[in-house]
Amino acid sequence: MCSHYLDCAAVACALLMLAACEREKRDFNPPPAGASVGASADVAKMLDHYERNASALAAGKRLWTWYNCNGCHANGGGGSGPPLMDDVWIYGGDAMTIYRTISEGRPNGMPAFRGRVPEDQLWQLTAYVRSLSGLAPMDAVTNRDDAFLTRPPEAMLDQPDPERARPSAGSGQR
Amino acid sequence: MRWHGPCLASVQVQDLEAVADALAVMTLLPQSVLRRSRWLLLLFAVVAVAARAAQTPTDSDWPMPARDYASTRYAPLPEITRANVGSLKLAFTFSTGVLRGHEAAPIVAAGLMYIVTPYPNIVYALDLARPGAPLKWKFEPKPESFAQGVALFDVVNRGVVYADGKVFFNTLDNQTIALAADSGKELWRYRAGNVRAGETRTMAPLVVKGRVLVGNSGGEFGVRGWLTALDATSGKELWRAYSTGSDKDVLIGDPYQPFYAKEKGVDLGVSTWPRDAWKIGGRSVSGWISYDPELDLIYHGTGNPAPWNAEQRPGDNKFTAGLFARYSTTGHARWFYQLSPHDEFDYDGANESLLIDLALPSGPRKVLVHPDRNGYVYVIDRVTGEVISATPFVHITTSTGVDRETGALHYAREKRQRTGTVVRDICPGAAGAKNWQPSAYSPRTRLVYIPHQNLCQDAEAVQTSYISGTPYIGAIVKMKPEPGVTRCRLTAWDPLAARAAWTIEEDLPVWSGALVTAGDLVFYGTMDGWFKALDATNGHLLWQFKTGSGIVGQPIAYRGPDGKAYIAVLSGVGGWAGAVVASDLDTRDGSAALGFANVMGDLKQRTAKGGMLYVFALP
Repeated sequence: MCSHYLDCAAVACALLMLAACEREKRDFNPPPAGASVGASADVAKMLDHYERNASALAAGKRLWTWYNCNGCHANGGGGSGPPLMDDVWIYGGDAMTIYRTISEGRPNGMPAFRGRVPEDQLWQLTAYVRSLSGLAPMDAVTNRDDAFLTRPPEAMLDQPDPERARPSAGSGQR
Repeated sequence: MRWHGPCLASVQVQDLEAVADALAVMTLLPQSVLRRSRWLLLLFAVVAVAARAAQTPTDSDWPMPARDYASTRYAPLPEITRANVGSLKLAFTFSTGVLRGHEAAPIVAAGLMYIVTPYPNIVYALDLARPGAPLKWKFEPKPESFAQGVALFDVVNRGVVYADGKVFFNTLDNQTIALAADSGKELWRYRAGNVRAGETRTMAPLVVKGRVLVGNSGGEFGVRGWLTALDATSGKELWRAYSTGSDKDVLIGDPYQPFYAKEKGVDLGVSTWPRDAWKIGGRSVSGWISYDPELDLIYHGTGNPAPWNAEQRPGDNKFTAGLFARYSTTGHARWFYQLSPHDEFDYDGANESLLIDLALPSGPRKVLVHPDRNGYVYVIDRVTGEVISATPFVHITTSTGVDRETGALHYAREKRQRTGTVVRDICPGAAGAKNWQPSAYSPRTRLVYIPHQNLCQDAEAVQTSYISGTPYIGAIVKMKPEPGVTRCRLTAWDPLAARAAWTIEEDLPVWSGALVTAGDLVFYGTMDGWFKALDATNGHLLWQFKTGSGIVGQPIAYRGPDGKAYIAVLSGVGGWAGAVVASDLDTRDGSAALGFANVMGDLKQRTAKGGMLYVFALP
């Protein structure tokens, strides 16, 4: 009986570990195929690789400060750049649009980072930007801050209506 | 600044009859005789008008944001008094069609009122001679939209300036434009600066002896600051003085005689920085300029050094966070005084200096009064640059005083920044004891009316890298109210006694300028939209009017073509303090708007966006 319980526990542990694999997976040879911009980009694959991955989200959070994103957008509350932790998207809140915004820039003052930042880091930043408004899975978002805390941790922010972050036509420029 | 043609055109029959009455009294001739001799009367009227034109500026006009070169914002109009201000009524309004922070002063000259909006910097000219002051012309400079995103403290503009039949103004995308004042026709454009590197232009120019003085903004992007003089006729650059670099670049030469030894040396704009850091060290010239025609000296402040993380730039970081006196003709520096050497707290020195002649016990002195962001009101001999007094006007924890012998500001050791450490209760905070909002001075009460805030902050310095076109800051800031007091005060400061005569507490930061009149009234606006008139002698509230949006502009007073006195102000919340509303920021993040959002969480419930001109008069 005892061994039967142990077997069950082992199987349960293995299942748990498998379930958590996606969360803890770290890939040191990025980016995967399909990471480039364009029609061929496999967004679902990107989401698996970055947005559902704690390591990628943590990296995105670190890069957020390294590349001075916080200078304009603060820690999501905004400044000379729009806030990113609310449920308003000027150009669209889907991963592909955010990736394009970071890499190509936007006409109202967003600089283009393509060529200045490696491709996989652009995706890590994209994933982190989405996590600011609760669009990344709660079990993957990073809740640690290396510096002075200025807002509630990502997992404690209000959950937006996912419909609001679907691809948009890029209207509503400010 | 002279009153030209329209004055002659306004000599009408009533005027001639009034002249006849006056002459009758003076010459004891029968009125009927004089009224018949119209030619004689017309000649007399022309002489009278010519005499009036010689005054600069006329008491009717408000030709530059501070009204005069001394930056007093004092209106010599006695009609609106403490007794009758209670019946002040709205005369007319005008919607600007723009929703961001309206920090400009309405400008009045030659019968027209000129207003410039925040980005997209539309200039409107309103015809004051016609009922309701309808639009006479409109000019759209169409600045580059990219500039909006690199204007860290909202897309504001501090106003146009009128001189010699022309109107001059700056656009957010680094242009200075001259227009014909009567028609709005473009005369010239001067472009210098790159929005892609974070450079913008928000200040109001000053025109001195046919030279248009303009400076740049963008210190938080590591932009190298400068002040330049343009020929008012052609827009050609006459001289340019940088705020860092070699003495040649800073225009430091033979005339340079600073009062203190700490400002003396060779190429201090290079040697007081780590290698090459002066090239990206900020200190823009984004604020107010004053001018003393007798000394031919202009006075301007320089911005804070970049980045905010001071550990990344050991040294005094000259010539940041200080005051320059320069000769207007050549731009050469006469003296410099660094208010906050090696600034750690964004104590930008670019705000206003009021030029006052002060009757000190030791004798009369030509001084400038500069209430600084670091929390002291400085009274400085404007001939020599000597500090006569430096007195705290708010609670200060970052420094313990100013040494009169050496001019040094003594910093408090416990508030010094260390990368990776949170330092709490830094007072004043990054917005300063006061910010851009200009003070006023009345020669009648001899008080300086200082709108300012009582804000402290908690902050952590973090390592940052210079990336062109992104902010170069390296600090995480959360502002908070000074313990136990409201977020703001309006302080009436006695510069002679070096103490406050009285103070008014306001809940929200007073981000508007102040105006004082010969009727002994002080006008200012609040960020929830109240436009207020106080008794200039004791601060008692005498009148208030609720405008549509929060007020962050500069109130002015003028005499209309109908001879009546008017008070005007732009309403439209925004600026650094109002960015939470103007830019729809998310105040759950206390570091939004560089930490200002942490103390402005309630503003969204108290006001909304919208630019509108309000003009008031007695019935």
